[in-house]
Amino acid sequence: MNSLKLILRNALRHKLRTGLTVLGLIVAVLAFGLLQTVVDAWYAGANSAAPNRLVTRNAISLVFSMPLHYREKIRAVPGVRQVAPFNWFGGYYQDPKNFFAQFAVDPLPFLAMYPEYRIAEDDLRAFLRDRKGAIIGRKLADRYGFRVGDTIPLQGTIYPGVWSFTVRAIYDGADARVDASQLFFHWEFLNETMKQRQPRRGDQVGVFMVQIEDPQRSAAIAQAIDALFKNSLAETLTETEKAFQLGFVAMTEAIVVAIRIVSFVVIFIILAVMANTMAMTARERTPEYATLKVLGFGPGYVARLVFGESLAIALCGAALGIALTFPVAAWFGAEMGNFFPVFEVSRTTVALQLACAVGVGIAAALLPGRNAARVRIVDGLRAIG
Amino acid sequence: MSTPAMSDLAARPLISLRAVSKSYRRGDQTVPVLNAIAFDVARGDFLGLMGPSGSGKSTLLNLIAGIDKPDAGEILVDGVDITRLGEGELADWRAGSVGFVFQFYNLMPVLSAFENVELPLVLTTLSRQERREHVAAALALVGLADRMEHYPSELSGGQQQRVAIARAIVTDPKLIVADEPTGDLDRHSAEEVLGLMDRLNLELGKTILMVTHDRRAADRAHAIMYLDKGELSTAGDLHERSVREARL
Amino acid sequence: MRPVPLAYSVRNLWTRKLTTALTAGGMALVVFVFAAVLMLEAGLRQALVATGRYDNVVVTRRAAGNEVQSGIDRSQAAIVESQPEIAIGPDGTRAVSKEAVVLIAQPKRDTGVPTNITVRGVGAQGLALRPQVRIASGRMFRPGATEVVVGRSIAERFDGVAPGERLRFGGREWTVVGTFDAGGSGFDSEIWGDGEQMMQSFRRQAFSSVVARLADPGDFERLKARLESDPRLTIDVKRERVFYEEQSEMMANFIRILGLALSVIFSIGAMIGAMITMYAAVANRTGEIGALRALGFRRGSILAAFLAEALALAILGWAVGLALAALMQLVRISTMNWQSFSELAFSFALTPAIVAQSLAFACAMGLAGGVLPALRAARLKIVDALRAA
Repeated sequence: MNSLKLILRNALRHKLRTGLTVLGLIVAVLAFGLLQTVVDAWYAGANSAAPNRLVTRNAISLVFSMPLHYREKIRAVPGVRQVAPFNWFGGYYQDPKNFFAQFAVDPLPFLAMYPEYRIAEDDLRAFLRDRKGAIIGRKLADRYGFRVGDTIPLQGTIYPGVWSFTVRAIYDGADARVDASQLFFHWEFLNETMKQRQPRRGDQVGVFMVQIEDPQRSAAIAQAIDALFKNSLAETLTETEKAFQLGFVAMTEAIVVAIRIVSFVVIFIILAVMANTMAMTARERTPEYATLKVLGFGPGYVARLVFGESLAIALCGAALGIALTFPVAAWFGAEMGNFFPVFEVSRTTVALQLACAVGVGIAAALLPGRNAARVRIVDGLRAIG
Repeated sequence: MSTPAMSDLAARPLISLRAVSKSYRRGDQTVPVLNAIAFDVARGDFLGLMGPSGSGKSTLLNLIAGIDKPDAGEILVDGVDITRLGEGELADWRAGSVGFVFQFYNLMPVLSAFENVELPLVLTTLSRQERREHVAAALALVGLADRMEHYPSELSGGQQQRVAIARAIVTDPKLIVADEPTGDLDRHSAEEVLGLMDRLNLELGKTILMVTHDRRAADRAHAIMYLDKGELSTAGDLHERSVREARL
Repeated sequence: MRPVPLAYSVRNLWTRKLTTALTAGGMALVVFVFAAVLMLEAGLRQALVATGRYDNVVVTRRAAGNEVQSGIDRSQAAIVESQPEIAIGPDGTRAVSKEAVVLIAQPKRDTGVPTNITVRGVGAQGLALRPQVRIASGRMFRPGATEVVVGRSIAERFDGVAPGERLRFGGREWTVVGTFDAGGSGFDSEIWGDGEQMMQSFRRQAFSSVVARLADPGDFERLKARLESDPRLTIDVKRERVFYEEQSEMMANFIRILGLALSVIFSIGAMIGAMITMYAAVANRTGEIGALRALGFRRGSILAAFLAEALALAILGWAVGLALAALMQLVRISTMNWQSFSELAFSFALTPAIVAQSLAFACAMGLAGGVLPALRAARLKIVDALRAA
């Protein structure tokens, strides 16, 4: 009979109570893990940014465009390897609820600066030949069942009308951080069509993606680019891709902060539940603790029993909760594919889940453990439950 | 001048058991506890029930009080066969016909002495004022009128048991059932409680059925029944049997 | 069936203070999250719906999600302006404002992060069409001048927008000449200036939207039908209130769905807490339960007594949680509205409906957590209960 056996057997005495407490912990750990993953997903864009890519946009707002002829000037800046125009298309497929990222891009420089998008050679050639062709991500293809050769009609919002594209290639991301639910088509096709329909909107670029040779010089190159267009009609703002993505997050910062706070609220809820369980359990066992002391066990031993039981329950709940987090996150990610193209449970999240569970186990046992250690033998033996 | 019906009534026993049997299941075994018990309790009797542990005396008490049902047999209390009553009817019957006194008092710790005694009256249609009067009278009878507002934790064991007795008589039941009423009390308190029970029997005419280990308590009863191995016997029978066994 | 006195249920909570506090505390947190989310959604809707009037209409380009993405050129705007349903003022002017809406980026005061702000160039009737907007300090901009007035939320949260300061956009410097109060509606997060000046400055030929007051609110359907079927126009006509309601829809839905999902998950935790507490209560009071049954109380009364105890716990938690949530009314949120890409400030709004909904939610938690233990108490056989005492 050692203390570990005693702890485990004690925990199993009240199967219903222990079972319910573990269940509560599982729910809390799971909820916490999901919320942290939601916050991570918010930062997904920033996390997948490459240090050698800069984003040049209209200084006033992303919503305004820049003239196409900026491109040559940017390419002439020392340190710049490629420049690719990107226009956010912003359409939807059949129903406004079905939105996903669509970009009009200049394919060759674009693919050169995004090595993390993997495409089969033949498919790529087919795309380059077809001016109405499109490249789509694997996740997007899976979600709607698109295959190479299918036609996707998109309802335009920024660029009015119905636009039809033929899927010529499906790309896979090099790792899980890459957003594999986007659609890319030829910038030239967009520009030609707009020049015919609304000439004033021709030759306008939403964003220039700029690939540079040396990431260390990103600040200097960014300034150089912006200096080119100072005091013109469309002044530019150039920043690293990461800063650009973080800018989006910053705009909805309040929501992100709220979610982070709420994820800890659930931990406090379960702390209250666990503290209650341990308090009740310890109180009921007072005569037993008194008896142990009579037999010669010290207060430290009694306190360890209480902490041990609390931690055993907490770890059990944590283990199951963490295990469940992965399948639930996978399901959630599939359902919310629109909002969160990348939804992965990170190692930090798992570590935090474990840390919180251990914290709860210890905190819940603090008061009961102290009281149990302090019980006077005489009082303890007299107490009748 | 008493009519034949009235004298019949006086003569008819309050409690009548016919061939009552009860057994318990322990796992996959059936343990018989009471074996075709039959006896009568007259109105105004004060009966003690004794026997070794596990002999079934508490079980017998529970059956007569209507909180358990026998496997076989009939139990008539004041002409009513309680074995035929449904659970809801039994509850109503108990509320009006039986008073309970338990070994560990079983008072509600969160209610005051007054409120504890009032509990059985909540089940009736008496008005608040009427309830108040009955409770006051019951508590006065047990000598605790000045402790009405106290909570059980503020009363001694003997006082708590007296509150429990007040609760048992507040609806003026004919029968009082007591399971080891002095089991948890010191000598002095036990004397008080037993004196009270005497008065209930002699002055108020209550029929009392008491299970006890305590010789002193048993002495207060008019008669003692012994229960052993599921069978009842009187004091005389027991003496005969022990003599017989000694000779073998 | 006579009930066990309520005092029995309620006082038992008072006896075990720590347990009651912890269990009710868990529930309070859940009610807080639940109420706060609903209050956030209500606040968002209030800010945006208050922005619109029932008798104003907003005309934008068809399928444009917001005013910034919409374009209505001058000839189309003129057609809209000439419609008979539009109210005419006493001085003969039409109650129409042709507006140019753009976004500019300014650093937020507390974070220094550049954030998009909506700049609205209004027509001469712009202020009149929105009577909830009043100049709070300084003065209104002069028509034809390079001047702007700033909404209350913008004045509070951004640097460089105080009266007297200059903003640089559209290739010009605009002087801030005053601040306005729009009664908590979305306009509080905007900057207003002269529409024609904006058009010139940004070299635009198209307005973003046309806002007009109907002479008779009932004329809306007729006007809508005529304008939307006119082959010269590709526009959408909506009541101003509906227009702004749709602007908040994506965000409001997201908040509500996420919030409710969270509340439900959290409530499972709190319910488990209540269940543990009530099971322990039943276990500790087995003797009392037996005594009550022996006295003549029915199973149903015992069930009700323990359910009442669970409900009392829940209501206690609700009171604390709602009080905490009510404090959130002191907090103002500012974030980017996903539909219009610009700054929007709103606060938590506590409505009587939310008070009732959170109470119902708390009671549901209490009942769900307490029903199984209460059933166990009711199902006890009297003899078992008395023996276990």
